[in-house]
Amino acid sequence: PWRSSLITLSPLLQAKRQLCLGILPDGVDRNSESFPRNSKAMEDLISQLQSHINKVLAGGGAEAVNRNKSRNKLLPRERIDRLLDPGSSFLELSQLAGHEVYEEPLPSGGIVTGIGPVHGRLCMFVANDPTVKGGTYYPITIKKHLRAQEIAAQCKLPCLYLVDSGGAFLPKQAEVFPDKDNFGRIFYNQAIMSSEGIPQIALVLGSCTAGGAYIPAMADESVMVKGNGTIFLAGPPLVKAATGEEVSAEDLGGATVHCKMSGVSDYFAQDEMHALAIGRNIVKNFHLAGNQGMIDGLQRIVHDYEEPLYEVGELRCIAPTDLKQPFDIRSVIARIVDGSVFDEFKKLYGTSLVTGFATIHGQPVGILGNNGILFNESALKGAHFIELCTQRNIPLVFLQNITGFMVGSKSEANGIAKSGAKMVMAVSCAKVPKVTIVIGGSFGAGNYAMCGRAYSPNFMFFWPNARISVMGGAQAAGVLAQVEKSNKKRKGIQWTKEEEEMFKAKVVDAYDSESSAYYSTARLWDDGVIDPADTRKVIGLCISAALNRAPETTKYGVFRM
Amino acid sequence: SSSPVKSETKQRIEKILIANRGEIACRIMRTAKKLGIQTVAVYSDADRNSLHVKHADEAVRIGPPPARSSYLNASSIIEAASRTGAQAIHPGYGFLSESADFAQLCEDEGFTFIGPPASAIREMGDKSASKRIMGAAGVPLVPGYHGNEQDTDLMKSEADKIGYPILIKPTHGGGGKGMRVVQSPSEFVDSFLGAQREAAASFGVDTILLEKYITKPRHIEVQVFGDKHGNIIHLFERDCSVQRRHQKIIEEAPAVIFASKFLYISYYMSIIVMESQFMQPNVISDFRSHLGQAAVSAAKAVGYHNAGTVEFIVDTLSGNFYFMEMNTRLQVEHPVTEMIVSQDLVEWQIRVANGEPLPMNQSQVPLSGHAFEARIYAENVPKGFLPATGVLHHYRPVPLSSTVRVETGVEQGDTVSMHYDPMIAKLVIWGENRAAALVKLKDCLSKFQVAGLPTNIEFLLKLANHAAFEKGDVETHFIERFKDELFIDPSNSVSVQKAYDDAKHSAALVAACICEKEHAFLRKNPPGGLSIWYSSPPFRVHHLARRTIELEWDCEHYDSGSKMLTLSVIYQPDGSLLIETGNSSVPALEVKVAHLGNHEFKVEVGGISFDISLAIYSKDQTENIHIWHGSHHHHFRQRVALKLSDDDEIKHKSASDTPSHPLGAVLAPMAGLVVKVLVQNRSKVEEGQPILVLEAMKMEHVVKAPTAGYVSGLQVTSGQQVSDSTVLFSVKDG
Repeated sequence: PWRSSLITLSPLLQAKRQLCLGILPDGVDRNSESFPRNSKAMEDLISQLQSHINKVLAGGGAEAVNRNKSRNKLLPRERIDRLLDPGSSFLELSQLAGHEVYEEPLPSGGIVTGIGPVHGRLCMFVANDPTVKGGTYYPITIKKHLRAQEIAAQCKLPCLYLVDSGGAFLPKQAEVFPDKDNFGRIFYNQAIMSSEGIPQIALVLGSCTAGGAYIPAMADESVMVKGNGTIFLAGPPLVKAATGEEVSAEDLGGATVHCKMSGVSDYFAQDEMHALAIGRNIVKNFHLAGNQGMIDGLQRIVHDYEEPLYEVGELRCIAPTDLKQPFDIRSVIARIVDGSVFDEFKKLYGTSLVTGFATIHGQPVGILGNNGILFNESALKGAHFIELCTQRNIPLVFLQNITGFMVGSKSEANGIAKSGAKMVMAVSCAKVPKVTIVIGGSFGAGNYAMCGRAYSPNFMFFWPNARISVMGGAQAAGVLAQVEKSNKKRKGIQWTKEEEEMFKAKVVDAYDSESSAYYSTARLWDDGVIDPADTRKVIGLCISAALNRAPETTKYGVFRM
Repeated sequence: SSSPVKSETKQRIEKILIANRGEIACRIMRTAKKLGIQTVAVYSDADRNSLHVKHADEAVRIGPPPARSSYLNASSIIEAASRTGAQAIHPGYGFLSESADFAQLCEDEGFTFIGPPASAIREMGDKSASKRIMGAAGVPLVPGYHGNEQDTDLMKSEADKIGYPILIKPTHGGGGKGMRVVQSPSEFVDSFLGAQREAAASFGVDTILLEKYITKPRHIEVQVFGDKHGNIIHLFERDCSVQRRHQKIIEEAPAVIFASKFLYISYYMSIIVMESQFMQPNVISDFRSHLGQAAVSAAKAVGYHNAGTVEFIVDTLSGNFYFMEMNTRLQVEHPVTEMIVSQDLVEWQIRVANGEPLPMNQSQVPLSGHAFEARIYAENVPKGFLPATGVLHHYRPVPLSSTVRVETGVEQGDTVSMHYDPMIAKLVIWGENRAAALVKLKDCLSKFQVAGLPTNIEFLLKLANHAAFEKGDVETHFIERFKDELFIDPSNSVSVQKAYDDAKHSAALVAACICEKEHAFLRKNPPGGLSIWYSSPPFRVHHLARRTIELEWDCEHYDSGSKMLTLSVIYQPDGSLLIETGNSSVPALEVKVAHLGNHEFKVEVGGISFDISLAIYSKDQTENIHIWHGSHHHHFRQRVALKLSDDDEIKHKSASDTPSHPLGAVLAPMAGLVVKVLVQNRSKVEEGQPILVLEAMKMEHVVKAPTAGYVSGLQVTSGQQVSDSTVLFSVKDG
C-alpha cells in the first residue's frame, strides 16, 4: 500500500548524495512473499493497538466525563493542550499503563504524563485524570507519576503537576503507601528536584486531598482555581467526624483560604482557563540560564536537515511476524535517520551488531542496532562504539532485536561473558542521552547490553510486535521441563510424554502473554508502545528532551580485559 | 457684502487656511496642492496628530478639543490666518461654514472667504426668511408656519391648521439637529419644547418653524455654482433620500427620476417604471431642467456666488417638488457631482474666489455616468444609529482608482472622539450607469475594512443590496419602510439561524487562520531552538492533535447579547485543518490555509480557494478578531484569561457577560455630555418618563425610565461628561 519510496531529488541534492558515502540502500524487497505478510501482520497489530488507545483516550467513561464537564473542568489531555505552546508537539508517555492489570479498567493508569514545550521550554506534565476513579493513586498510578519525575530529574525538565486527585486509592494502601517507591516518593522527588533548581509547579484544578495536599504544598509555586480547587489534609466529612466542625469544602480549603490566609497557594484563578493561563505565565518567567547547558554546550544541531529518502511508513512492513526471521536493521535505520545517511563504524567487524553515526532531525546520534545474536566481536565493537560516543557527547540510540549472546563451549571459551560484560559496563556508565527502541525480540543478557530498562535509558519504547523475556518461551519450557523431569525422577515419578508437552505448553503460554508489548507497557517496563511509523519522530523528540541538560562526563568502572 | 473694488485689489490666493478638520480639510488641501497653493491647517488639541495636520504645509493650534473653543472660535482662526500669511480661508462644511458673521469677519480682516457672500449666507441661514424670499422668487414651497411669533399655544394652533403629521424644525442650523416629526396634536408641545432647547444649545437661536410633513418624500438637491460676475449655473441634481436620523448616508447623482405620473405605480410595478424611464427621456430631462432652473432662480434671488446646494423635497405621490433650504457651502456629498460632471468643485471654488469667471456655461456642463457616495460612520446601527467612539485599530480602505475615491481624514490608529462628527470616510464610486456603479459600490463596501469600533458598513451593504434601492425606488423613509429586511428580526428564527450559521462558518475560518498564523510563526522562530517540537502537524502519540478555540460573537442585529462559539481544530496528517463547530447545521470544515503574511490568508475549502483578511487587536481586556471574506465580515472576541482579576471579591465575569450592575440600572448609551437632568433622586417616575438628556455628536438623546418606580443613584449633573456605559441611575420599586 505504500507509495513508491524513492523521492525525486534536486540536482544539488543528487550531487551531494554522490559525495556522501553513507547513504543506505532502500533495503526493502516489496516483491518478496514476506512483504505483504509482514505488512498485514503489523496492520492488525496497529489496529488492535489503536482500539486499546481509543478506549484509553476516552478517559473514565462518558458519565464521568460529562460530570467533569459540568463542573467546568477539562480532561487532562485538554488541560495539557491548553498549557502547551499552540500547535506544538507532545510526547505522551505510557498511554497504556494499567492496561489489564487490575480487575477494573484504569485508563492510562489514571494519570497522563508527557513532555512538551511551554514558552519554548520543555516541561514534564503530570496530570491526574479525575474521571478515572476520582483521580486516585493505584500502584501503577504512582509508578507512572514517579517515572515522569525520574525522566524530569534526568533531563532537568520543569514539572507541571495538574492536580485533581482524591489521593491514595485506599483499598490498595499496602501497595501504595509504605514502600520506597510509593506515594511518599512523589514529595521526596519534588524536594530533591526543587533543590536541584528544577522548577516544581502545581496547578490545583480539582481536589487535592490528604497526602495529595503535599503536591501543591511542596511545589515552588502553586495556582488554585476558585470553586473547583481544594486543598486539605482532611475533607469536610472527616473534619466533622474528628472535631464536630461543620464546614464547606470551599471554606475549609478553597482558593480564597489558601491564597489569602494559609499561603499554601500563590496564585488565585477565577476559573480553570485562568489557572492554565497563569501556569503558562509562571513558566514564561522561569530563568533557567544558569541551569541549562543544553544546545549551547555540546550540540551541533542542524535545523536544515533532510527527511529520510525512503517512506517512513514502510517501517510497518519490515518487522517479520516470526521473530526468528532475520532482517537487515539498516532498512530500519534508513527510515529513521536524516537523508538516510548512516556512516557505519567497523562495518566489516562483528557484523551482527551494526554501529554508526547519523543525525535525526538534525541532532547527531550514535546508533547501535542488532543484526543477529551478539558474538564476542560484536560485543567488543559495541563497547568501543559507546566509548567513542561518550567521549564526543553523542546521544546513543539502541535498536533492539536481540535473542541474546552466543552460547556454547566455543563462545564461553572465547570469553563471551567477558566481552558481554565490557559492553554492559560501557552501556551502564555512558552518561550521554540514551534512547532504546525494542523493534523485535529483547531476550536475556542481550537486553542488558542493548540498554534495557535496568540500564536507565532516558526513554524506552516498544513496537507493538516486540517481545521481552529472559529467554524465548520454547527455550524456557525446555529448560523448565528438564528441571521438572529430573525433580520428578528423583521422587521416582514417571512423567509421560503428554504430561511433559502439557507442562511445556503452559510455560510457553505464560511466556507468550508475559512477554508481549502490552504486558510490558501496562507495567511500565517501558515508556510506551509506538507505531513503527512514528519511530523517527519519537526518537527525535526523546533526544531533544534528553539534551535539556548540561553534558556530563562519563567515567567507566573496571573493564575486565 | 464686500465691494467689487475691494476684491479686485486683493492679492491672488497663494496660501489658504482651512478652517476645518477631517476629510474635508484633506480634500481641500489636495486641490490646493494641485494648484500650487500652500495650505495651513488649524487643529484642536484632540487633532494634534491627525491627517489634516500632517498633510498641510503649516499647522496652527487653535484651542482645546470642544468645537466651540477651537473650530468654532472665529478669532483664533483669523489670528492663525494672519500669523501664517494666508490670503484666503476655506471653511469646509459644518463648523463656521454657514456663519454669515464669520464670512463677514474674514472679508473685514482682509481675507478672501472661499464661499458665498455673507449676505447670502445670512438670508439663506434664516429658514423663515429664506422661504419668504423663495416664495417671492416663484420657487415652490411646502405649506407651513414661518412666523416670528413663537408662543407655544400659537404654534400649536398653526400646527393644527397645517394638519398632521407636522415637522418641527429650528430656523437656524442644519443636519437634522433639533428636528422632530409630530404625528398627533397630543405630542406637539413636548416635541416643540425639546426642539427649542436643542436649537438653543446647538445654534444659540431657538426659533422654530413648522411644516407639513410629507409622508413619502424624496430628498433631491441641486448643485449650483456662481461666479462674482453674476453667472450662475447648476451642475445637476443629487438624490440624498436614504437617510437615518435625518442625516444622509447614501447619496447619488444624478437622481433616478421617474415621470411623475408613474411615481405612484412604481411601488407596485417597478419594472414598468424602469422601462418608462427609458421610453420617455424627454420627461426626465424636463423634470431635471425645471428643478435646475428653480435652483438657479433661488441662488439668483440672494445674489449668490461660489458653491451652493438648493435642497428640494419631492413628493413621490404627487411628483411635486418644494424648496426646502439652501446650503450655502460645499456639501459633504459634493464628490458625486464631481464624478458625473468630471470637474473639481474645490478648484472652481478657489477660482471663483479669485474673481475668475465660471469655466463653462449651462449648456457646456457635461453629464456622464452615475456616481454613489456611501458615508462610513462610526456608529452603533442596532442601537438606533447612535454615534460611536473608539480607536481605529484596523483601517484599510479599498484601493483607489479613477472610478473609486475614498475621502477620509483618518488613518489606522486614530481615535474617533466624542468631540466631532463620527464620520470615518466617504466612499465615492463612479460607473457608466447606475447599475454598473452599484455593483462597484457593493464590492467596495464589502472590502472596506474598519475594526476597533462599530461602523455602519454592513448596514450600507444591506442598503445597497436591497431590491428597492437597486431599482432606485428611494424616499427619505426608506430605512423605516424596509426595516424588517434591513435589520434581522429577532423573532424570525430562519434569518436568526442563518446569521448564526454564517457566524459559525466565519468563526471556523478564523480558527483555521489563527492556528496557521501562530504555527507558521513558531515554525519559523522555534522558541528555545526546539524546532522539532513545532513541526507541522504537531505530533501526538496515537492521536491527532486538537486545539479548542473559543470565540465570542455579538449578533449585531438583535439584542440577545453575545454567543460563545467553541471550535475544535484538528490537525490532520496532510497538514490541513479540520474545524468542528459542534453544531449539526454547520458541518465540519476541512481547511487548507496558507499565511500570505501579515493579516492576509489564502484558504481552500471544498476545492474552492479564496482570500481572507483578519484584523486582530486588544481592547477591553479581550482579543478582538475581525474577518473579511467574500462579502462577509464578522467580529469575534477571544477572552484573554490572564487578564482576569486575582481578587475573589470582584464578582467573576467572563467577557461574555454584560457588566453586572444593580438591577434596574440605566447605562449611558454612548459617551456624551449631560445637558439636562429632569428629575431628582427618589422621585417617582412612570415607565418611559424622560430622566435626563444627553448630548453627543451634537445630537440630543433622552434617557428614559425603563420601568415605573423610584429613581435612585442619580449622581450626574448637567454639564457633566459621561463615558459610554456609565451607570446613570437606577429605577427601583417602592
